[in-house]
Amino acid sequence: MIDLFNLPVGDGPGATFLAWSVAISFAVVVISQILAMVRVAVGPGSGDRILALDTMVVNAIALIVLLGISQGTSIYFEASLIIAMLGFVSTVALARFILRGDIIE
Amino acid sequence: MSLFLIVAVPFLGALLPGLMNSAGRKACAGVTFMVTLVAFVGLLSQLPAVLAGEVVQARVEWLPALGLNVNLHLDGLAFFFAALILGIGLLIIAYARSYLARGDNMGEFFTYLLLFQGAMVGIVLSDNILLLLIFWEMTSLASFLLIGYWKHVVEGRQGARMALTVTGMGGLALIGGLLILGQIAGSYDLSVILENREAIQASPLYVPALLLILLGCFTKSAQFPFHFWLPRAMAAPTPVSAYLHSATMVKAGIFMMARLWPVLSGTTEWFVIVTTAGLLTMVIGALIALFKHDLKALLAYSTVSHLGLITMLLGTGTAFGAMAAMFHILNHATFKAALFMSAGIVDHEAKTRDIRLLGGLRKLMPITFVIATIAALSMAGIPFLNGFLSKEQMLEEANRTVLFGAPWLVPVLATVGSLFSAAYCFRFIGHTFFGPVRDDYPAKPHDPGAGLWLPPAILVVLVIVIGVAPFLAEPFVKLVTADVLGAAAEVPKAYFKIWHGLVPALFMSIIAVVGGFLMYLVFAPLLRAWDATPRPDAKPMFDGVIAGAVALARGLIAPIHDGAFTRYAAVMVLAVLGAGYYAFGTGVVGATAREMQPMTPIAVGGWAMVIAATAVLVVMHRYRLFALVMIGIVGLMVSAGFVFFSAPDLAMTQFTVEVVTIILLLLALNFLPKRTPDESGALRRIRDAGIGIIGGIAATALSFHYLMRDAIEGPISAFHVANSYKGGGGTNMVNVILVDFRGFDTYGEIIVLGIAALLIYALTETLLSGPVRARLLNRKPDQAFAGDAHPMMMVVLTRVIMPIVLMVGFYIFLRGHNEPGGGFIAGLIVSIAVVMQYMASGFGWTSARLRYPYHGVIGAGVLVAGLTGIGSWFVGKPFLTSDFTYVRIPPFQEFELATAALFDVGVFLAVVGAVMLSLESFSRLARRVDMVESEHPMEINPARDDPAEDPLNELRKARTETA
Repeated sequence: MIDLFNLPVGDGPGATFLAWSVAISFAVVVISQILAMVRVAVGPGSGDRILALDTMVVNAIALIVLLGISQGTSIYFEASLIIAMLGFVSTVALARFILRGDIIE
Repeated sequence: MSLFLIVAVPFLGALLPGLMNSAGRKACAGVTFMVTLVAFVGLLSQLPAVLAGEVVQARVEWLPALGLNVNLHLDGLAFFFAALILGIGLLIIAYARSYLARGDNMGEFFTYLLLFQGAMVGIVLSDNILLLLIFWEMTSLASFLLIGYWKHVVEGRQGARMALTVTGMGGLALIGGLLILGQIAGSYDLSVILENREAIQASPLYVPALLLILLGCFTKSAQFPFHFWLPRAMAAPTPVSAYLHSATMVKAGIFMMARLWPVLSGTTEWFVIVTTAGLLTMVIGALIALFKHDLKALLAYSTVSHLGLITMLLGTGTAFGAMAAMFHILNHATFKAALFMSAGIVDHEAKTRDIRLLGGLRKLMPITFVIATIAALSMAGIPFLNGFLSKEQMLEEANRTVLFGAPWLVPVLATVGSLFSAAYCFRFIGHTFFGPVRDDYPAKPHDPGAGLWLPPAILVVLVIVIGVAPFLAEPFVKLVTADVLGAAAEVPKAYFKIWHGLVPALFMSIIAVVGGFLMYLVFAPLLRAWDATPRPDAKPMFDGVIAGAVALARGLIAPIHDGAFTRYAAVMVLAVLGAGYYAFGTGVVGATAREMQPMTPIAVGGWAMVIAATAVLVVMHRYRLFALVMIGIVGLMVSAGFVFFSAPDLAMTQFTVEVVTIILLLLALNFLPKRTPDESGALRRIRDAGIGIIGGIAATALSFHYLMRDAIEGPISAFHVANSYKGGGGTNMVNVILVDFRGFDTYGEIIVLGIAALLIYALTETLLSGPVRARLLNRKPDQAFAGDAHPMMMVVLTRVIMPIVLMVGFYIFLRGHNEPGGGFIAGLIVSIAVVMQYMASGFGWTSARLRYPYHGVIGAGVLVAGLTGIGSWFVGKPFLTSDFTYVRIPPFQEFELATAALFDVGVFLAVVGAVMLSLESFSRLARRVDMVESEHPMEINPARDDPAEDPLNELRKARTETA
């Protein structure tokens, strides 16, 4: 199972535990990402789609952070920081469009 | 003064009139006059050297690899023309100051005039033919602006267009001709070309080069059959006509012929073409001039005729002819500029230039009468005036010239031309100034102020001085002639004097003057005969040619460019496919160099999501909002993919761009239908889908190919890896590439970005001031709106998050040189932070807090980046050389200071300005004048303690009143 995810496996129980946790988290996040995408596709309302997209943004942050943990690097941190900080802007813009038509008024 | 300065002063000075415009007309004209005076004095400071026979030179390499260098030289010929351009320019500026009406934008006029002046001086001083060609084209452009200066005059606009078309076409031909000359001589330096007479005349390319160059010269100098643009350019303000069409621009062609005289003249081709064209132009121009009723049209055709005369003199190929030509250029410039200015005075005072409405002005405008009469008599060839001298020389030269084997042909035609010339001069004087005083002038004519009559008067003094004492002009004209002739011939010994004895030229002169006077006496029947004769008109012919060219272009282009994006995309994809197929078929394909990486479920999941989102997007693309959400998914997953492939800075850029794009698209979608209509049939869709799929497969294959192999040539990344830290002082290679290795590219890109944003701004402004505005105002929204435009929650949230985002932006900027980040990403982050405020608190509230306009931010960015680049000049390094050092300011840690960071500030500012300006311009479309911009960020605010604002007030007031 761990090999399937191509994750680095260290020595000792702690490392194994971390590897398993990361693997399970990956699986969960990817599945929820796929489910959120199905929600985007089926809708039914625009509101559902926009919320599902927002969920996908949250999941993407999780994916990137998990990737950093699994590779033992902090270099991806800023990318997830920016997505976390600005990801809501497109959601807000889409929501404003549904509500008011004009997003800057 | 250095030659560079003489050429540069008018160009630099061209900035001043516009700036001085608000300081008043006097200041505006004054500063223009001073600029020209500085250049003129600078030119005069070179006079001693020129008189000593030296050739003053100034050289600097510009693009030596192309043979394009800023080489200037000043010999007698160049000095002569430059002095004419600047000297008459001074008089014209003084004249224009009085001539232009209050409603005319004087700053604009003088800016164009100085640009023109600089370009003309550039032409005559250039020693490099490529440089010369640049100036040549600039005169065409500047004269276009000057001729069309009165934008409300239809004839002016049409005349300007015609002049630009004809001279522009000639300019293209001239480029070809001069390049051929340069190729033959092996250098683009004029001085080298002029030494290669034998090589050039022996070359098989001599005739094509000659034809092309003559085409350029004939169009510029209005020689038959290209003479028609000059009279139509007379719709320009009179100072322009007097300047461009007497002394300067039309002489550029003559100058070119004179300059190249040593290498081109002397052959049969030159002799036949140039002499014939000159003779024909002289006779035809003079004949038409005689029957023109508009004073300026008369003068225009007379200019055409005199240019023909000079051309003919150059065409004969003898030293005496060249000398006569130079002398006549001097004389013509003096009397013709004075005549144009006089015509302008008459127009200015009597409010008409129609000679049929004039007459009798002798008593009403005595000063103008004297000036115009002396100048016109000089043009007619009356003794003791300068026109007589050069005309006699011309007739003498004509007497010796045998064209087409007929010794009588040239003398007879020259005499006939002079006869017509004398006739229209007499008509100009007689019908304008003599005759009874009328009472039906459109305005009451009287002499103008000294500002208008003094400039022509100065010229007329010259006319008389040269006419009475020709020996004063003789040494100078001979000096100029020596420079025209170069090594090709000796300056003739002939003396300039009024009385040569009873030579044939004198009799021809007498015939011309007496015949001209007789023609003037019997003018009325002649005019009736002329009016009864059918003649071709150039304007419909020209329009026909242009219409034909346009129709041809349309016929060729319209079937190919149908405006459908699908077609362009299809052509592009197929072309790239073809090229790629050819490349793969003929090139070397390397062996596989890398192993496939294992497929992990995460990677497969991400990949499947991108594929699925793209597929859904394609199927559902007609629902635009839905498509936008799908694009959002693709963007998000691609960003995650960049992280997966260890490119976090790409991920950051991708994501921020994604956010800005969605905002931009939503702003646009507000004005668009929410569903794309079906437009193409099934067949076309199948075709497009097929092309798309093939293109996609090819792109996939190519990516796969390169992922598995190394390029045949070693990649340049090794250089970047080696030098990123050592040379650029940064460990983030991407950023070092952007701001250092490829800094110049980045500099160009931010300029382009800024231009694009400004264009968006300009386009929306145009839309809003046009008919679209009414449609926008009456627009009915296609959906019901929620009540709260600016919800409190959002306002508070964006306010809180703003400083955090700005801080992150600052952090990303600072770390950019060594870690993922940089000015571009920081700019996008900050832009999004500002856009948030616009979305949450409204356009009005946010704009009111905007301290610097976005245009200025863009400009500041480009300036900062540019100045950083220029900074390296001060330490003797090329543009944009970067440097870095480590400093330590206690108590902080040691940190790095790089000039590249300063450059990055420029990038940052340009990105912020460009993004914000385009978004703001777009959202401006939805602004309506009737909408009251609230000064409050949100409509409903419990914290607001302002009774006047409380909507319940009305209700309370009503209740207390009823109680």
